[in-house]
Amino acid sequence: MDVVPWLAYSWAFLLALAVFIYVVLDGFDLGLGILYPFYPEKRDRDLLMNTVAPVWDGNETWLVLGGGGLFAAFPVAYAILMPALYVPIIAMLLALVFRGVAFEFRWRTQRWLKYWDAAFIGGSLIAAFSQGIALGAMVQGVEIDGRAYGGGWWDWLTPFTLLCGAAVVVGYALLGATWLIMKTEGPVQDRARKLAWTFGIGTVLCIAAVSVITPFLDSVYYSRWFEMPGLLIAAPVPVAVAVILLLLFRSLNVHHHEYRPFILSLILFALCFIGLGISIFPDLIPPDLTILAAATPYNSQIFMFVGALVLLPLILGYTAYAYWVFRGKTSPDEGYH
Amino acid sequence: MTVFLFEGFDAVMLARIQFAFTVAFHFIFPAFTIGLASYLAVLNGLYLKSGDTKFLNLFKFWVKIFAITFAMGVVSGITMAYQFGTNWSVFSDRAGPVIGPLMAYEVLTAFFLEAGFLGIMLFGRDRVGPGLHMAACVLVAFGTALSATWILSVNSWMHTPQGFEIAANGQFVPVDWLEIMFNPSFPYRLAHTLTAAYLTTAFIVGGVGAWHLLRDHDHDRVHQGTRTMFSMAMWMAAIVAPLQILLGDLHGLNTLEYQPQKVMAMEGHYESHPEGAPLYLFGIPNEEEQRLDYAIGIPKASSLILKHDLNAPLDGLDTIPMEERPPVAIVFWSFRIMVGIGFLMLFVGLWSLWARFRKRLFTDRWLHRAALVMAPSGLVAVLAGWVTTEVGRQPYTIWGLMRTSESASPLDAPAVGASLMAFVIVYFFVFGAGVFYILRLMAAGPHVYEEGLAEADGPIRTAGITPAQQTQAHEREEGGISRNRAPEIDTKTNEDGEG
Repeated sequence: MDVVPWLAYSWAFLLALAVFIYVVLDGFDLGLGILYPFYPEKRDRDLLMNTVAPVWDGNETWLVLGGGGLFAAFPVAYAILMPALYVPIIAMLLALVFRGVAFEFRWRTQRWLKYWDAAFIGGSLIAAFSQGIALGAMVQGVEIDGRAYGGGWWDWLTPFTLLCGAAVVVGYALLGATWLIMKTEGPVQDRARKLAWTFGIGTVLCIAAVSVITPFLDSVYYSRWFEMPGLLIAAPVPVAVAVILLLLFRSLNVHHHEYRPFILSLILFALCFIGLGISIFPDLIPPDLTILAAATPYNSQIFMFVGALVLLPLILGYTAYAYWVFRGKTSPDEGYH
Repeated sequence: MTVFLFEGFDAVMLARIQFAFTVAFHFIFPAFTIGLASYLAVLNGLYLKSGDTKFLNLFKFWVKIFAITFAMGVVSGITMAYQFGTNWSVFSDRAGPVIGPLMAYEVLTAFFLEAGFLGIMLFGRDRVGPGLHMAACVLVAFGTALSATWILSVNSWMHTPQGFEIAANGQFVPVDWLEIMFNPSFPYRLAHTLTAAYLTTAFIVGGVGAWHLLRDHDHDRVHQGTRTMFSMAMWMAAIVAPLQILLGDLHGLNTLEYQPQKVMAMEGHYESHPEGAPLYLFGIPNEEEQRLDYAIGIPKASSLILKHDLNAPLDGLDTIPMEERPPVAIVFWSFRIMVGIGFLMLFVGLWSLWARFRKRLFTDRWLHRAALVMAPSGLVAVLAGWVTTEVGRQPYTIWGLMRTSESASPLDAPAVGASLMAFVIVYFFVFGAGVFYILRLMAAGPHVYEEGLAEADGPIRTAGITPAQQTQAHEREEGGISRNRAPEIDTKTNEDGEG
């Protein structure tokens, strides 16, 4: 009935993977909401929404897996993080309510259309911002008392977490813009290219700022990044980020590159995510809770691990199929509405 | 400002109200979509088999309502995935090793299945062909029921826990997963809840059918689909309502075995009855004096139902220590609301059989009125049933092992109170709007002349058609693909162009 390290680390990896898949998938969904203000025309907005209407549900399910998986494999971490991040989590949930129903309600009313558009924008913006804050708050460290959260309910609020919130908003907007380059054509696509430039530059600034601050939040982070052997693993990451950024901005100017900017943005997110992993590992909640300390016994973790190994490829398979079905450029008038 | 309002409140009570509020609001949607997903799969199957467009019309009519309801279910459901940790962190930490994996299985097997194939079900008919589209409909329906299965296994384990041990750090640790999943109350709760969901949907569908039968009665313009849906719903009511009463009885007997004080509260049995207990039809629970005031009951009937013996002794709450008694009044009343509605449903079901036999199913206006009034009854009954079982589990979260008062997060009352206020305001506003849109769609009804693959009541969509596309649509109309409008097919053209 003991904790088994390989299983605990495998779980941590699976969870990280689920969160990453969530971030990139719902990232471009939420990004579209953030970009809505730059597309004031109703026709364009219909189109933007229709590019993700068949898949947003599935994308958001990864968030449930992130929460549910943490609950299942590391319940004490879940029990500490949720009260610690109480305000941003509740804000995110309520924001997701607004932007989720907007997908349906928008088509059911003309008088209220502008309000549901506003709900879509506000919901996407606040959800993204809250997710960034939650991430930042975890990185800057959570106070633990026994098996519970030991701090106050506003401890998460610092300049660093606000910066992380802004970074996620900007990053999602970049994902959304490159998604649009892939899924649309004509003037909508042209504007998406311009927006991708703007938010791409914003993303560079945010990545730089967060990267510069993080090693100084905690001496452990500093040593993981700048001392051997961490340096060996860590050093290639910023180099790779620079290369990808270069390729991304070049690609944005090449007219026949329709898929490439999106794929490069995904790689950019993956690199940032790896960088985050280098900072945190082997902690689950910095600075005091390690992956091993938070893991549940073998009997509990193995039960779901076996299922996850079978089911995740299956899920990825039919998710890919759903994307395949709705591949190519989206028509403004598609739908069952 | 709200922050200061809750300074004097008990954080645990606020957390309980918040959970009750968010879960009750959430469950309204799946209670409807579980049945509706199956109904849609049946309609689509009937259409494919018979080629009769009335089934397609009905499918298109209900699928729009399904989409709105499902979206509200999804967003309110995400809240639930985080509600455990935000407000019930101590419970989450201790029970996590047992219930966490079950809930994760729910996500992996059910949520992804529903969400993954929903897009194809809603948008993909033209893209994947009728066979795969049908498969998507069935998978979505299967996913909704599977999701209910997992979460009810979790819930049932909290009522009748087994297959675990308690570790040194206080966590409930799994020993035997089969015992955990198939705990004693699980089969009964699952059957009772799924049947309730189907019955709920049947009465909503029947109510909508009844409304259109009543409205269009004199005009002889009743859509063929209206009669079909009313007839299908009444068949469900007639067959499933008696089944549900039987299942409820079995569930009650199971509860008597494992959670006797819950049944005592349901029955209003403060006192023990050594020579046969009465079935109280009415009474006012008096918590202070611990007795039932103004009681009207049928002598010995409770013993007959619960023990199948008129004179069987039944213990009352006087045999239970005060600190382990559930609150009686809420359980007593919610139970009566549920049972009362159950029998009204049975009555409507039998009435419809009689009317059908007399060939008056589509002309008996009093039956239609009754069905209309009963349209939301399933939702009320389902919520009343959940209140009965959950409040009846008090003062425990995990029956006999972990108290509710020990389960909550170490949060200050203002935090819980402020978030509760936010949930109440947002939910009433957002879901209120959603219900309004659903009612408006229901009132519009299926369209008489709706045919082909295009939608007839999406005027908002057409505003977005550019002149170029309109030309395309015209060309297609001339080609005879669709008489109404066929903007959905545009994408195919685009794709071909690109590929």
